[in-house]
Formats: sequence, structure tokens, C-alpha cells
Amino acid sequence: MNAIHTHNLCRSFGKTHAVQNLTLDIEPGAVFGLIGPDGAGKTTTLRMLAGVLRPDAGRAQVLAHDVIKNPEALRSKIGYMPQQFSLYGDLSVLENLQFFAQIYRIPRAQQDERIARLLKFAQLTQFSHRPAAKLSGGMKKKLGLACALIHNPQLLLLDEPTNGVDPVSRREFWDILSDLHLQGVTILISTPYMDEAERCTQVGLMFRGQLIRQGQPETLRLLAPGQMLVLYTSNLARAETLLPQFPHYLSHQRYGDRLHLFVPDANQAMPQLRSFLQRHQLPIETLYQDEPRLEEAFIHLIRQARQEEPA
Amino acid sequence: MNAPHIAVQAQGLTRKFGDFVAVDHLSFQVATGEIFGFLGPNGSGKTTTIRMLLGLMAPTQGSAHVLGIDIAKKPEAIARRVGYMSQKFSLYPDLTADENLSFYGRAYGLRGGQLTRRKDEVLELIGLSQRRHQLTANLAGGWQQRLALAAAILHQPELLFLDEPTAGVDPVSRRTFWRLLYELAAKKTTIFVTTHYMDEAEQCHRLAFIHRGKLIAMGPPSTIKQERMPGDVVEIICQQPQAGVRALREAGFADVALYGRRIHIADKALAPRLAEIQHLLHQAGAQPHTVRIIPPSLEDVFIANVREGNQTS
Repeated sequence: MNAIHTHNLCRSFGKTHAVQNLTLDIEPGAVFGLIGPDGAGKTTTLRMLAGVLRPDAGRAQVLAHDVIKNPEALRSKIGYMPQQFSLYGDLSVLENLQFFAQIYRIPRAQQDERIARLLKFAQLTQFSHRPAAKLSGGMKKKLGLACALIHNPQLLLLDEPTNGVDPVSRREFWDILSDLHLQGVTILISTPYMDEAERCTQVGLMFRGQLIRQGQPETLRLLAPGQMLVLYTSNLARAETLLPQFPHYLSHQRYGDRLHLFVPDANQAMPQLRSFLQRHQLPIETLYQDEPRLEEAFIHLIRQARQEEPA
Repeated sequence: MNAPHIAVQAQGLTRKFGDFVAVDHLSFQVATGEIFGFLGPNGSGKTTTIRMLLGLMAPTQGSAHVLGIDIAKKPEAIARRVGYMSQKFSLYPDLTADENLSFYGRAYGLRGGQLTRRKDEVLELIGLSQRRHQLTANLAGGWQQRLALAAAILHQPELLFLDEPTAGVDPVSRRTFWRLLYELAAKKTTIFVTTHYMDEAEQCHRLAFIHRGKLIAMGPPSTIKQERMPGDVVEIICQQPQAGVRALREAGFADVALYGRRIHIADKALAPRLAEIQHLLHQAGAQPHTVRIIPPSLEDVFIANVREGNQTS
């Protein structure tokens, strides 16, 4: 049985079809990353799966419970961290956790042990008595996660939990998620960061309320068009204007000190690119083939989807 | 004092708040037309540095010249020649795109035909001419962000400060935004940008990492990746990643992270230990089929440097 199963799930807000015929299956124990441009329907999907927003049509089962008929039965089994989660700013870290323990009716006898374990897990033990309002952005997110974990849920639904958090705190947050994954917790997480999507076991790309691609990150990466060459040259601006005339040219992406050039076949294109640039007196510093990143595939797939749309 | 090709020059720039040293003897230069990425964890002193360079806050020690102007002597002369877009860009949601630009244009002293011409130019640049009479609140996040950029460049600043301009914006919109930055840089606008996205950091010509107010690394992204990683990154592909992670952690490897079904270890001197790692994984039943050194990502280097900084201070 899948941890999450939806079939033709729909939800509109007025004339906006936020989620349209979404069919999604997530295996138990997966770390499933939901990616897509702003407005693709990621947040609406998570809210429906958490049982806080009623779908207009379709079916959704979460941990074998029907989210429409029986949202209450879900509550004790899932942890949900919305984008704007609320902590009590004037309560301490410890008091926030105690509050959530009471909401979830954790027996008193178990509370202390569980809270101590979560504090350690989220590396917040030494900040137990600090008011939540005085925590850094990254620590607030970790406290929010700890609160969502107070009742040992089997499934975590996380809506862009690391937005605006610096890379060091993001890595710490993900190390916690990896530990949960190792304990067998299923995680569904939406994120605008492609490096985070690479840490998932499965990635689903949403666009205009639908799931348009799904797969392992290593597989999705290969959906970038063609093969990728990395070019270092002293005159990037000139290379950028010349490259579209190169016969094997598909597309390119400029970086600060190099260009990524997409061609149908890297082995074939490489020697020809050398002579092409030589003919135009543009010295190559370094040229090699590399694997495209997930971001390249993401951008390609979204642009393609936009072009296929009826105007 | 300043050579014309240097847009920003900081010399021992320092700012204290009581006993707390927010910015600690920063020295760096930014060349005209350069896209300079200023990276650091939250609270590392990025915004304080920008405030000083904007002439809004006086340094406690040290000095800086912005477009040749001494920030301590003539801070008010800086405002008209630089643009600034902050993380929470302040557009008025109930004004149209056009009205927001008029508001900012007038604030910068643009009037009449000059204001109209500049509004047309920046709307053309960001591709919003057709929708200039839409309410700002009704524009998608990526468009609002480009409109905020347009407002910051109306008065044709020579230097642009962008403080986390793309926080929370999707990858497609972020890439469009960066294409605009390249266009500006090609016309010799200098860009000083902070970001938490490492893919964006890679789009900068040069980067500075700061941590606890101090400069810890500086250079082009590729050079930083090649030279500033204080160890190696090993990638492991195996049948049983969970067993693998457990075994590696028990064996005392510090930074063991799961990337989907792959495992990454970042630690000092891993290159001579590949056979040992392979053996350990076999013993643990992880069934490894690939154990190899991979080039570190910019994020790996950034995190390793920050952690090293934490240990030494």
C-alpha cells in the first residue's frame, strides 16, 4: 500500500484551477520532492493531503485514510509544517514543544523523554530556554520541525521549510530529514531549491496544477536537452554571441566564469567546437563534458510545457 | 584616490555594536562592471556591510570608497549614484506597475519627459511593457521581483546593491532575473549581490565568503571550488544506502549525507581511504558499486569553510 495515493484530485479557487486531475503515488519510506514554478499547485496539494483543505473532486488516500471522508483519523499519524507555521514567540523553545505535546495528547509520562530527544535531534538543547522569537531563522525552522514531530508521525508534509535559510542551516535541516528517512518516516517536501531536490529519492515536477514528470533525480537530470559541455574562455561575452552560430548548438547557460553549452553529441561536437572557436580567434582555457544538473532539466521542461500550452 | 575601474574599495572596514563585531576588518575591491557575490550565513555581517557601503551607517573603523566617494566623508553623495533592492522589496501592491515606477522615479528626482522615457526603457528591459497598467498585487512573484529591479535602476545607477533579491522565487524566474543582471553588467553597471542560492553564486564573476564579519575566501567560483575545499568529497552509490550511512557514521566519518540513494562524505584526506570505505560498506552489507572522489559543489566548499571557521574561533 502506498503512503500517499491520489487520483484525479482537483481544487479550484474561483476561476483558478490550482490543482487539476493530480494523480500521485508515493511509496512508504520515500523522500519525495515536489518542485515546480510558483503557482504550480504545490501548497494546495500539501494542504489537501494534510486534511486541512477539502478537494473539489477526485480521491486522495493518505496512510490508507480517505482525506475527504476521514481527515480526523489522519491527524495523529502525520506531521504537517505549513509555509507560515506559528510558534509562540514569547514562549521558550521548551514551552513550545510542551504546548504541542499537549495538543497531541502525549501522555505526561512520555512527554519529558520525547521532548529531550527532539531537542537533541534538532540540536536545540542548549537553546531550550530561549524565547522562540529570539531564535535565528534556521533555528525557528528546526523548532517548527521538532513540533511537527512531537507525536512520532509516520508521514511528514513539509511546505518549503527552508525558504530564506542560509546554506549551513539548510544542510543541518536536511541532515535531520535524512535521519528521519533512515528511521523509515515517509517525507513529502516542496522546495524551490534544486540542490535539495537532488537529496530526494523521488522528484515530482508540477506545472499548472498537474504532475508533468516524476522520477529519481539522477534520471530527471538527464531530461536536459542534449549533452553538456563546459567552456572556460577569457572572453565569455564574445563566446556567448558566437556560439549560436556553431552548427551543433542547442542552447547555452552563462555562469560567472564559464558557459554551459548543450549539443546533441558531446564527443562529436568537442573537436569541432575547438576549431570553430580557433577560427574566430577565441582562445579556449578549458573544455570538457559534464553531467547536466537537475536545474537545467527543470528549466527545459517548464519552458517546453509553457510552449505547448494553448495561448 | 580611486582608479576609475574600481567601483568599491573597502579597507579594514569594521562595524561594532557594543561589544559585538558585526563586520571585522573587511578588505576587498569590486571592479566596474563586475558581478560580485557576497555570501555568508545569516548574521554574518552582509547586510551591515551593505548599509555602510550605501552610506547609511558609519564604520567604526577602516574606510571604504564607493564610486570614488569616501563613505565616511560624503555619504549623501552615494545615494543618487547607486541602486538598492532589498530582500523585502517595497513595491506598493495597490498601485499599478507604472505608478510604482513613477513613485520611485520622482523620489530619485526624475521628472516629465525624462521620467516617461526611463519608465519605458526599464519596462522594455524587464518585458513588462504590455502589462504596465496591472495592479502590482496581481503580478506573479517573479514579475514583482523584476519590477523591483526596474525601480532600483530607473535613475541609471552605476552600482547596484541587491540583498537576497530572489529569495523564494522559482528557478525559471531566477534565471530570467539573472539574464537581466548580465545585460546590466555588460553595460558596465557594477552589481553587488547577496544570495543563499549556490546556483546563483555560480553566476557571479567573483565571490567573497564572509563568516562572523570576516572574509574567509574570495575569488571566481571555479577557483574557490578548486582551491578552498579543506578535504575531499566521496560519492557512494550502493544497493543499501541506509545500511551504508549507519556504518559510515559508526566508523566516525563526520559529514555523511544522503542524496537520494547516493551517499556523500565530506571530510579531510578521504582520497587515500577509498579502499577502506569500500571494505567497510561491504562488511555492512551496503553492496557498494561505486566509491569515488567527486569535485565539491560550491555548497560543499561554503559549508566546509564555515564549519572550519566555527572550530577555530
